[in-house]
Amino acid sequence: MSDHEYTPKSKVGKWFNDRLPILTLANHLTDYPTPKNLNYWWTFGGILTFCLITQIITGLTLAMHYIAHADMAFESVEQIMRDVNYGWLIRYIHANGASMFFLAVYIHIFRSLFYGSYKSPREIIWIIGIIIYLLMMAAAFMGYVLPWGQMSFWGATVITNLFSAIPLVGEGIVAWLWGGYSVDNPTLTRFFTLHYLIPFLILGLVVLHIWALHVPGNNNPVGIDIKKPSKDTVPFHPYIVIKDGFALLMFMIVFAFFVFYAPNILGHADNYIEANPMVTPAHIVPEWYLLPFYAILRSIPDKLLGVLAMLFAIIILALLPWLDTSKIRSAVFRPLYKQFYWILLADVLILGYMGAMPAEGLYLLIARIATSYYFLHFLVILPVLGFKEKTLPVPLSITDPVLGGSPNLAIAKNKESFEK
Amino acid sequence: MSDKKPERREFLFTASYVVGAVGVAAAVWPLVDQMNPDASVKALASTEVDISSVKPGNTITVLWRGKPVFIRRRTQDEITEAKSVKMEDLKHPEKDEDRAKDPEWLVMVGVCTHLGCVPLNDKGDYNGWFCPCHGSHYDTSGRIRKGPAPLNMEIPKYEFVDAGKIKIG
Repeated sequence: MSDHEYTPKSKVGKWFNDRLPILTLANHLTDYPTPKNLNYWWTFGGILTFCLITQIITGLTLAMHYIAHADMAFESVEQIMRDVNYGWLIRYIHANGASMFFLAVYIHIFRSLFYGSYKSPREIIWIIGIIIYLLMMAAAFMGYVLPWGQMSFWGATVITNLFSAIPLVGEGIVAWLWGGYSVDNPTLTRFFTLHYLIPFLILGLVVLHIWALHVPGNNNPVGIDIKKPSKDTVPFHPYIVIKDGFALLMFMIVFAFFVFYAPNILGHADNYIEANPMVTPAHIVPEWYLLPFYAILRSIPDKLLGVLAMLFAIIILALLPWLDTSKIRSAVFRPLYKQFYWILLADVLILGYMGAMPAEGLYLLIARIATSYYFLHFLVILPVLGFKEKTLPVPLSITDPVLGGSPNLAIAKNKESFEK
Repeated sequence: MSDKKPERREFLFTASYVVGAVGVAAAVWPLVDQMNPDASVKALASTEVDISSVKPGNTITVLWRGKPVFIRRRTQDEITEAKSVKMEDLKHPEKDEDRAKDPEWLVMVGVCTHLGCVPLNDKGDYNGWFCPCHGSHYDTSGRIRKGPAPLNMEIPKYEFVDAGKIKIG
């Protein structure tokens, strides 16, 4: 938090601020010192906030027309698409918005992995982020159930059945989740309730995420601690606001492309068939953003171990600040880690592709190798790398790599002494 | 005296915590239990099915408790195949006699024991059922032979009411 005292200029402002210091907060947010070398990978926090707000607004308006009942849900969604004024637009924004949300969150997460943003003193920011990610997956899964199509129904059946892998109490837990002996109306109504609730929980966690961020301040591409405010920082407004705004516009072009030109390309055609508990679609797959974890689940031939591996693949991320033993944050100065980073990214993409393919033959073999590598990366490579890797020299300030180490070193030094 | 007072206070603290915890648990339980299947759901637990028109080698599927139940009239070959399997070869060893009261009729819940999909009839490596979701193969007795499912398909409680009728549940 910034240390300087803030006093509003107007008398009314001062009167109000003495009673509720909201203007002090606003001032903190605008003046918030930000590293001046943040690149465009740092704009996804703002983009994600936009995604969350978009989902909440379109979700609220959809809820005015949607009917959470097994006999009427499918029809009410069709009614939204055909009859409700601009219903098609709002629903397509909401459905594609979920995909855009995950696209942005994956970029945001891999940004953190590259620049070591999860490391001390930012562990709590990171863990809150992982909890948000888990809640996002829960919200997305339950939202996908609401249209009550074939994929909705069977997706819900398969995912809730994951809990039946728990010894002894598993079956009881599944019946409790369903409110019956199969996925049915009670399941739909409770999923609707939770789907409505979770975005607001996420909103609360986002506030904590940003609060925790504003204690140490942003990490940066060089990954060093910087003095704030200093020559290495710029105020959040207008510098970062404009940059975030520009990136958001670019992102919205991609978003709009999906909404207006390919609104169903990320979905599955089977979900336009009403749920039928008697027939499972021939090839059921989850939405693209869950595919890597689905591949991990399927690559293990034992039910309980498969479910545990899938859960552990997510939980392991929360342990990352302690699994990565290197003191250097940014991959820029970690020549070996940088290579393993790209291998991990490729590994996750391969897992995603295998999750979409049938679990047999060569696909299954590749999925198994990729699953093993995923765990190897976090449990063996990262801890060992911290001790073995020879890292490159880290600059002392953000300005240093720009001015220092160049033939103009003397001039740079002269300039600094001149400024003093 | 000075020793006695804190002890008395500690007892009061602990007692208050315990009473408070019991109170919270009692208040939370209805909120948790409301999600469990209620009596009206449990009451819909039996279905009668007319099976007189099912020919050998055919399967009918009926809905029971929201789940499909397969009723298959097995051919002689299928029965022989099911009975000839050695117990050592089974992941979940169960004799065919224990699964089908009348060897001609196999009545089972048509739900894969892996993650709950409905397996396909007359498919898979064992001439029984094949689950398209994650590739489990079941034999002509509905027993798991290959794939991630841990158990054989469940046999519900059922009885032959008269010649052409089965009561499930």
